[in-house]
Amino acid sequence: MAERERRLTTPRGGVFVPRVQVLSAEDVARAITRIAHEIVERNRGISDIVVIGLQTGGVPLARRLAQVLEEIAGVPVPSGTLDVAFYRDDIGIRPVLPEAVTDIPGDLAGELVVLVDDVLFTGRTVRAALNALADYGRARAVQLAVMVDRGHREIPIRPDYVGKNMPTRIDEQVDVSLDGVVLGDVVPR
Amino acid sequence: MTAEPEALAEEQDVGLVEPEISASETAAAGGRRHLLSISDLGAYGIEEVLRVSDAFVEVGKRSIPKVPALRGKTVVTLFVEESTRTKLSFETAAKRLSADVMSFSASSSSLKKGESLRDTVETVAAMGVDAFVIRHSSAGAPAAVSRWVDASVLNAGDGWHEHPTQALLDCYTIREVLAEREGLAPGEAGMGCFKGLRVAIVGDIRHSRVARSNVLALAALGAEVTLVAPGTLLPPAVETWPVAAVSHDIDDVLPKIDVCYLLRLQAERGAGRFLPSIREYSSEYGLNARRASALADGALVMHPGPMNRGVEIADEVADLPRSVILRQVANGVAVRMAVLFMLLGTPHGQTPTGTLASLGGAWESGSA
Amino acid sequence: MARLEARPTIVIRGGTVVDETGERRADVVCAGGVVKEVGDSLAIPSGATVLDADGCFVMPGLVDLHTHLRQPGNEDAECVETGARAAALGGFTAILAMPNTDPCVDNAAVASEVLALGAEAPCRVAVAGAITVGRAGENLAPLGELAALGVRLFTDDGACVSDSGVMRRALEYARGLGVTLAQHCEDQGLASGASMHEGEWSSILGVPGAPAEAEELVVARDIALARLTGGRLHLLHLSSARSVALVAAAKAEGLRVSAEVTPHHLCLTDADLAGYDPLFKVNPPLRTTADLLALREGCRSGVLDAVATDHAPHPREAKDTPLSDAAPGMLGLETALAVTLGSLSSGSVNGNGNGNGNGNGAAPYMGVKDVVGLMSWRPAVIGHMATSQGGDQGGPIAPGAPANLCVFDPAESWVVDPAKMASRSRNTPWSGRTLKGRVRHTICAGEPVVVGAEAQR
Repeated sequence: MAERERRLTTPRGGVFVPRVQVLSAEDVARAITRIAHEIVERNRGISDIVVIGLQTGGVPLARRLAQVLEEIAGVPVPSGTLDVAFYRDDIGIRPVLPEAVTDIPGDLAGELVVLVDDVLFTGRTVRAALNALADYGRARAVQLAVMVDRGHREIPIRPDYVGKNMPTRIDEQVDVSLDGVVLGDVVPR
Repeated sequence: MTAEPEALAEEQDVGLVEPEISASETAAAGGRRHLLSISDLGAYGIEEVLRVSDAFVEVGKRSIPKVPALRGKTVVTLFVEESTRTKLSFETAAKRLSADVMSFSASSSSLKKGESLRDTVETVAAMGVDAFVIRHSSAGAPAAVSRWVDASVLNAGDGWHEHPTQALLDCYTIREVLAEREGLAPGEAGMGCFKGLRVAIVGDIRHSRVARSNVLALAALGAEVTLVAPGTLLPPAVETWPVAAVSHDIDDVLPKIDVCYLLRLQAERGAGRFLPSIREYSSEYGLNARRASALADGALVMHPGPMNRGVEIADEVADLPRSVILRQVANGVAVRMAVLFMLLGTPHGQTPTGTLASLGGAWESGSA
Repeated sequence: MARLEARPTIVIRGGTVVDETGERRADVVCAGGVVKEVGDSLAIPSGATVLDADGCFVMPGLVDLHTHLRQPGNEDAECVETGARAAALGGFTAILAMPNTDPCVDNAAVASEVLALGAEAPCRVAVAGAITVGRAGENLAPLGELAALGVRLFTDDGACVSDSGVMRRALEYARGLGVTLAQHCEDQGLASGASMHEGEWSSILGVPGAPAEAEELVVARDIALARLTGGRLHLLHLSSARSVALVAAAKAEGLRVSAEVTPHHLCLTDADLAGYDPLFKVNPPLRTTADLLALREGCRSGVLDAVATDHAPHPREAKDTPLSDAAPGMLGLETALAVTLGSLSSGSVNGNGNGNGNGNGAAPYMGVKDVVGLMSWRPAVIGHMATSQGGDQGGPIAPGAPANLCVFDPAESWVVDPAKMASRSRNTPWSGRTLKGRVRHTICAGEPVVVGAEAQR
């Protein structure tokens, strides 16, 4: 999520220019499977789990993760989406609108929420997501799963499950999808 | 010095003066600090507002319908022309965004004591205001205020001129209802439902800011609008309006439309100067039960409120399932939240990004 | 005036004299309040003040038939002293003060008061009287009593005499006195509540408007009444194409009808209200481009007799309001000559001088002499102040003529700064704009009241 917003709000916008493919589609699929097993193991079962993907980068990953968890555990795993536009700490500083409507399945009180995002960067998006989640009820616990942790944290946020740790320069960009992870730069238009 | 005054003919700065750039043009150019007219938005802008409104409709469904998005911002409602409903809708919207709200109405002491609008506005602005929501009986008053203060200005209705948020919530309602029929959630609906949509606006068009804003919005979105009114209640130069047709015969128009939008007839119009009587208006143009049954099956009935039951709309018609008037009201808060968020959540001079590259923005949308 | 003989000797050197007889390179020497000599490269008498007119036009002082001096009653907006100073800076040596003061000029006492206030002014201040008592449109004002004080033109301006019977009798009575009645043509039934011209722009902006017919109805009516009564009629600030056509027909018929137009109606249209700026709110309103072009054509063809400013000062609070609450009217005296020459000699439609006459050799729309005529000798006749009528305005500039002169530099560009204007008010639509052409010197009855574009008193 952080990556996408940076790309969008470069002065006058910019174009993502890929440089090197860090993970392939198979690598991403394997990472999701591994994370799913880690979730089951850490929580000793997933009877009260809800998987929430952050708009927009976390959504396809969250859906895939929920599918894999269902296959492993053999029980239905509810999933939803969360857009944090209204909870950001930089409203009025950077212009961003909600990308899509939030869709949380039911009340989250007492549930185990696994928040899923594509890239963990400054941590501000996740902090906004935690604020948003609080408005849906008091979860039993919130755990964070990200495909890529690229460092440069500005808030004390740490992931519980990571696909790949990837140190980056602050001006680089990371693009994540089910097709793979690509490192590149944003070139101003 | 020759007899021919060629020197005068060159570079004469006088001659027809270029019209001043209107405040609404400034609004568009500067990243939409103000919403004074639907023309500030254009088709892209309207679409953007509707999409953001989807998100706020979801917020409205929560048990605590509140987000911290505008925390620390101050929104002042300044209703020099009274309106309880619209004022309440705006104030609710601002509060649900966690903004601080101050409220002035025509009966507020300072305006009543004859303090000029400019002095009132400047005094209030000095206390630190991020947005003014203004309703005034004089067209152009919000434009004037936008020249006097540094805050964002939102036009909540200025004389006969415009009422942009009304048109926006009306468009939102149309899109929502038509999407429901297709089994789509509003977030999944596009803007295609407006192309070729046949809308009739019936009533006192001449004096109606709701009509002007709706005509501009619907025309921008590709709908076909027909104006239906007696001759005295049509605006001057109506041939220049972006409408498909003008009619004096409501019975001829009703079977051929998808939306019948009724305007409220103010009592003073029927006092014998514009119309012979309210009764004649009602019999010639009122949407009674007989006329409502002449509407196509899927046609909607809309009204900006408050209704004069028995005048422009019959009692029983107002309560028909095809009448979406209450949904219009319900959507008003979400749409006004969207507009406030877009005005105040955007730094001055920048255009917001989002699902769309709005207003011809020069960046990729990027998201998959 | 006893002081005339004491007026200094002035030499206006290096300019081009423009008057009713034509244009010629000439210096002008004045002394004792009259023109002494006009000729090329004249010798300079010793002790004379030399006013440089290099590159300038030297014309008879301008005459404004339509100025609101606001005194008595509205001195916060303007007074005779400041208005006259503004007039002098605009090159005017005579102004006709409109009677819609408070109290209005419907009796000899108020007329005498205004005349007295203007006696020492840097331009001649003449007074117009009201047609009806209190400008209420019902009973005739004491026209004879006012005429005895020298009042030659009467108007209820600001209001229109709406009762045809009253206007008829007024014209008949005026004919007997040999004075002129002037009408502010506005039918209240069509115009009430309006803030601008009713048309495409008012429809876009949602502003109540008045159609051109509101003026044309009264123009047509009064022309008919002039025909009926044989009275002399002057039509104030015409704003529409059809009004011009009606006047043309009346003149073709031989009726004694004259008409004036303002500089702003030659230059601005209803599109200028797009920003709802009350500075552009005026009565009659700015109308369409077609009306503007017809008004310019009326100037060129001679149907319109005069350009008159309708200088209408308003205090800040009267203009700093939403459009519908704002007072109508604009300042005009200091900018009139530049704006009028710009509109009528370039003839272009937009401010950049594109179109005919813009440095590519095409002929200008109107010659300087004819434009000056519209602002000088022709209004002088209508105001009964012309030298040919025993007055002292309008030229021609020849030995023995009263020294009422305006020296105008057509090349000087200046930025209009309301704070620096002589008028007490600030409501000029040209605020911040650059105008080309500026009055350099004004000589009123032989006294240089404006030198180097600065008022001397």
